[in-house]
Amino acid sequence: MCWHCQSEVGGEYFCKRCVKVQPLSPDLDYFTCMKLPRILQIDEKALEETFYELSRTFHPDFYTTRDESEKAISLGNTALLNAAYRTLKDPFQRVEYLIRLEAGSAKDIRSAPPADLFEEILELQEDLETYRTVNPAEDPETANQLRAKLQASREHLESRLEELESALFERFRRWDELQGQSGHDGIDPRPQKDALLREMQDLLSHRTYVRNIIQDLADTLG
Amino acid sequence: MSRIVGIDLGTTNSLVAYMDGEIPRIIPGPRGENKVPSIVGVTDNGLLVGEPAKAYLVRDPSRTIYSIKRFMGKSLADITDELKYFPYAIQEKNGVIRIVIGEKTYSPPQISAMILRELKRRAEAYLGEEITRAVITVPAYFNDSQRQATKDAGLIAGLEVLRIINEPTAASLAYGLQKKTQGLIAVYDFGGGTFDISLLKLKDGIFEVLATNGDTHLGGDDIDRRLVDTILREIKTTYGLDVAACGEIMQAIRLEAERVKIRLSSEATVAMAIELPDGKGRYERMWSRDELDGLAADLVERTLTCCRLALKDAGLQAGQLDEVVLVGGSTRMPLVKRRVHEFFGREPHCELNPEEVVALGAAVQASILSGSNQDMLLLDVTPLSLGIETMGGVMSTLIRRNTTIPTSAKEMFTTYVDGQTSVDIHVLQGERELAKDNRSLARFQLKVPPLPAGVPRIEVTFLIDANGILHVTAQDVRTGASQSIEVKPSHGLTDEEVEHMIRESFQFAAQDIQARQLIEARTEAESILRATEKALSRGAHLISEEEQRSIHAALDLLRAAKDGEDHRLIRARIDEVEKATHHLAEVLMDATLKEALESKKLSQILE
Repeated sequence: MCWHCQSEVGGEYFCKRCVKVQPLSPDLDYFTCMKLPRILQIDEKALEETFYELSRTFHPDFYTTRDESEKAISLGNTALLNAAYRTLKDPFQRVEYLIRLEAGSAKDIRSAPPADLFEEILELQEDLETYRTVNPAEDPETANQLRAKLQASREHLESRLEELESALFERFRRWDELQGQSGHDGIDPRPQKDALLREMQDLLSHRTYVRNIIQDLADTLG
Repeated sequence: MSRIVGIDLGTTNSLVAYMDGEIPRIIPGPRGENKVPSIVGVTDNGLLVGEPAKAYLVRDPSRTIYSIKRFMGKSLADITDELKYFPYAIQEKNGVIRIVIGEKTYSPPQISAMILRELKRRAEAYLGEEITRAVITVPAYFNDSQRQATKDAGLIAGLEVLRIINEPTAASLAYGLQKKTQGLIAVYDFGGGTFDISLLKLKDGIFEVLATNGDTHLGGDDIDRRLVDTILREIKTTYGLDVAACGEIMQAIRLEAERVKIRLSSEATVAMAIELPDGKGRYERMWSRDELDGLAADLVERTLTCCRLALKDAGLQAGQLDEVVLVGGSTRMPLVKRRVHEFFGREPHCELNPEEVVALGAAVQASILSGSNQDMLLLDVTPLSLGIETMGGVMSTLIRRNTTIPTSAKEMFTTYVDGQTSVDIHVLQGERELAKDNRSLARFQLKVPPLPAGVPRIEVTFLIDANGILHVTAQDVRTGASQSIEVKPSHGLTDEEVEHMIRESFQFAAQDIQARQLIEARTEAESILRATEKALSRGAHLISEEEQRSIHAALDLLRAAKDGEDHRLIRARIDEVEKATHHLAEVLMDATLKEALESKKLSQILE
């Protein structure tokens, strides 16, 4: 129902009767808001076009001369739109959002090391600690050795990060396939979807962890 | 609907522009000049703003305020390093700087309002209509307090500020309008007091800011100071004089340094001369462009560091930009042009006057807001991360820097103790880990119903609007009741203070008019004095000695009045001189007429 003229005639963003802008529902998910299906390999160009088009529809710059209620709606809608665009534009934020949407908000994505990297990372963190305390002027040999070792770890972790990301993107493809199958052939791919969501969640938390370590290394090694 | 003007409220100069049809134009002053120097003189007879105040700077530096923009939204602690460069006394009250002049104090928004009022008056005189609404530009890297202070300045000046817009993005609007540019552009904005870099994507009339960075304390002023420091050192070595405490000579040195810097943009060497006080002689020196470049080099490098950070945030390489636009007076320096060219690997644009393009862009934004321009839309970002202080004095970020605005973030708060009735919230802006290293924006207290610990659930919404200014609202999730929040700004004026200043500003306005009337009366007196003396030298022999004596007496009275401060008295004396010279004027006219007739006859004879 229109907040202004109380009419029930509807309209997507504007009331069909009084032409006043309507508030987007706070429950509207970002995919729907950006007119996208709930998939992960999105058409980024189309996303940008929708963003620009909706910005032209809602932006406060076009509501300066309207009354306070319309201004407030324009502001709220644009803030939602900006959040939707920001989240969906970035593939990692996009999948994180999808996981929250599909699996409920309870499961936060944490930062956890991949199991096979556990030993290596422990050692690396010790080396980092030592390197930070070594004075290169007093003990150049140890400093150089540690530096070389840390540099090698950094390169290894960087390639590992790439692997994690391509593994994640591979699951993007599988997710989109499952989404395409939904409703067809009477098969419910829900169990497969949930498994896939869990895999993606693990990959994401590993990625966050590895990225943080690489950032630490970059800050220390300069 | 009434017209909306665009205002560039600069550190050194300010401008006002309007849309003439589809073309933005600067509104010139009465003598055709576009810039109003951002200088205010608070004299015994009222205010002087702009060019007249600049002249006053050397005469009475302790009552002449310049570069006020550097103090907007700041506390005393923020500016201790540069206090020695300012000849006026500065205090702090409630976290806001106050300029002390005589027995009165003025906050930076009040001083800025005096400049805004001058621009308003200029626009009204030129356009012949009342102007009550404006778009005002600020450096992109201005924080919430600085933006709020600018908005307050507008209010105090009697202007509804429809939008605070970032200077580099304003410039991009003016460029985009003129050149129909598409693609990625960098706007490098190096002004009198601030530096900004903004990276934008331009597509079909949408101007999307991808990232911005900057330094609100880095500008041409800092280059001038390098020169000033060198000059002071040399005066000390050569003449054994320490003039740092002498306001008048310091201002003379500062203005001379600025002049030499500007000239060195077009010339390889420039001579400098400064009269030393008490007849100690004259400081003279040649400056070369290379020397200036040497003094400014590290400041220019600091701007490039900001550029690197902005590129990193936007996920771009310097070489990917399609165009680079130069804005701000400091980009006239060949050193700046060269380093920007090298950094981005392409020749920067400076077709539009870098000192006017921001005001022109503000006028374009005004046309968008008024509804007359539906083609263009600016999507800007917040320059700094916004967060709240959490346990252990750590900042928890709610809105990251370079997020497109308007944007909002919600945070849930609860209690730790049974029956706790309030929660203190401290809002911060900045990129550092610890709360104390970031800018304190505001503090407020959330009211909570007395319940067992952890039961109350208050959802607080932090919204940054299209001006980059924060709004806070709160809602009790259990009851759905919203509560109004009184936010106490850490470095801003309260609403009451602003209201008080608005009332006070009407009084300034009256003083203002007085000061202007005095200047006008003096100017007229001078021209009357000159004209009468000329008339006497030509026609004294045509009138009686008594008449001559009475004219001289009237002239003496006018001279005395002119040196006084009463514009009415000057006007009265002017009338008396006119009365006393009435007969002389007639006689002269007759004589001239006769001459003219005689020469005509002569010419007829010659024919």
